[in-house]
Amino acid sequence: MSIQDILLQQLANGLILGSFYALVALGYTMVYGIIKLLNFAHGDLYMIGAFIGFLFLSVLSPLIGDSWVGILCSMVLSMIAVGLLGVLIQRIAYQPMLSAPRLSILITALAVSMILSNAVMAFTDGEYLAFSTDLGYEGLEFGNVFVTYTQMVLVGAAALLMTGLYLFVHRTMYGKAMRAIAIDQDACRLMGIHVNRIIALTFFIGTSLAASAGIMAGAYYGSIHFFMGFVIGLKAFTAAVIGGIGSIPGAMLGGLLLGLLESFGTQIPFIGTEWKDVFSFGILILLLVFKPTGILGRTEIERM
Amino acid sequence: MSSAILEIDNLETHYGKIHALRGISFSVKAGEIVTLLGANGAGKSSTLRTISGLIRSTSGSIRFMGEDITRKPAHDIVKMGLIHVPEGRKIFKGMTILENLELGSFTLEDEAERKRRLDHVFEIFPVLEERKNRDSAFLSGGEQQMLAIGRSMMTDPKLLLLDEPSMGLAPFLVQEIMKIIVRLNREGVTILLVEQNAKVALKLADNGYVLETGRIVIEGDAQTLREDESIVKAYLGE
Repeated sequence: MSIQDILLQQLANGLILGSFYALVALGYTMVYGIIKLLNFAHGDLYMIGAFIGFLFLSVLSPLIGDSWVGILCSMVLSMIAVGLLGVLIQRIAYQPMLSAPRLSILITALAVSMILSNAVMAFTDGEYLAFSTDLGYEGLEFGNVFVTYTQMVLVGAAALLMTGLYLFVHRTMYGKAMRAIAIDQDACRLMGIHVNRIIALTFFIGTSLAASAGIMAGAYYGSIHFFMGFVIGLKAFTAAVIGGIGSIPGAMLGGLLLGLLESFGTQIPFIGTEWKDVFSFGILILLLVFKPTGILGRTEIERM
Repeated sequence: MSSAILEIDNLETHYGKIHALRGISFSVKAGEIVTLLGANGAGKSSTLRTISGLIRSTSGSIRFMGEDITRKPAHDIVKMGLIHVPEGRKIFKGMTILENLELGSFTLEDEAERKRRLDHVFEIFPVLEERKNRDSAFLSGGEQQMLAIGRSMMTDPKLLLLDEPSMGLAPFLVQEIMKIIVRLNREGVTILLVEQNAKVALKLADNGYVLETGRIVIEGDAQTLREDESIVKAYLGE
């Protein structure tokens, strides 16, 4: 393979990885935008999404098989279930803390994260579960670069979800209300907007996007584990910060950018795959030093 | 009191330990312009914020069109046609002028009606139509005030609470805004106007109340208040 082919192959890999990051980063950034909470439990909801998707798939696969149809159906069901779980968590754990100091709600989020990951650990004995699917390895060849149909469907599904979110946020009244709440809650109440209902909707959408990434990653990598949400939670946070936390297009951009940087980073001589996390978090540190508001973020006075 | 659209009875409000309103009673009749005057910290904004449900009163009652709204949440009060244009305009900067206006009609489902209200706002404020797709953050102070009033009109108000619409505006813009308030009033909207600029407010109001440290100290029809030099001197800083 020539250098060009290697770079193109990494471009494909980077887009897939970036799609996962972007989907998870979106929930991070939406929740931060609307209630200024860094939801550390967000990565765990990605993990729960994978497990619940796995459960749905095992029930559904005798009926509709475990290729794309089965996976996409379980994905939708898992998104709804995990979205509702996200709303429940917001109501029980975060809502009472909204008027408390910011640090309290942050610590609550850490506690929720531990509860979720430990609960799954208890149920699975901390084992890896094989996410068996029937996806096949067929694909298309572009020059010397081979892209499987699976990879194409993954990126396509992620792009579809993100386009849907973008249209929802810019074209519908509820989406506009969501953006308005991030700007001024009191003014929203004076427009007749039921603020708590929109916050719940934000949690639903944000966590269901994380769940969609969870099940896609589970199907793509072939195994799931209670700890799988931890690193991607941190990566998604990095992606959200790169794009400018609070900004929805920023999270999409940041996620894709981080995915691409990581894939290309592994090709730099002497920096192998095992260094990719160092690479990502190194970028985060550099960004926090030189442009803390991110690429598309607005300057804010108060910061956590 | 049967024609009163808004009746406030012995209203008290606390902000933490601050006793902002210490038993306020007044009423507004349908079709009137009533003004609340007073110095900074007298409790004018607190009165409006309590009426619109942004803060809860500790005692007393608020009745709007005969219904007790003292414990109603803000978003339900809006649906009844009581709209509060807050101090500092609070427009959604970062969103376009059109989006700001659309959010004013959030509770409305009827698209044709939304369009009709939008046309009405653009008729009164042509400058907003010219720039409807621009970010509202780039509007001047006067234009922001027009947007805030326009946004409240999208809700089809019966009673409009206006908090210092003249704040920070050049004199000719103040006149412009006051003209619009009178026009809205002629179109059937009852107005409760909070102002520091007593002269301007008393010129268009029917009745006025002067607040001092959370109490109403003077009340009367606007003409009497306007002509009583001692009142103007003592309370209105002239």
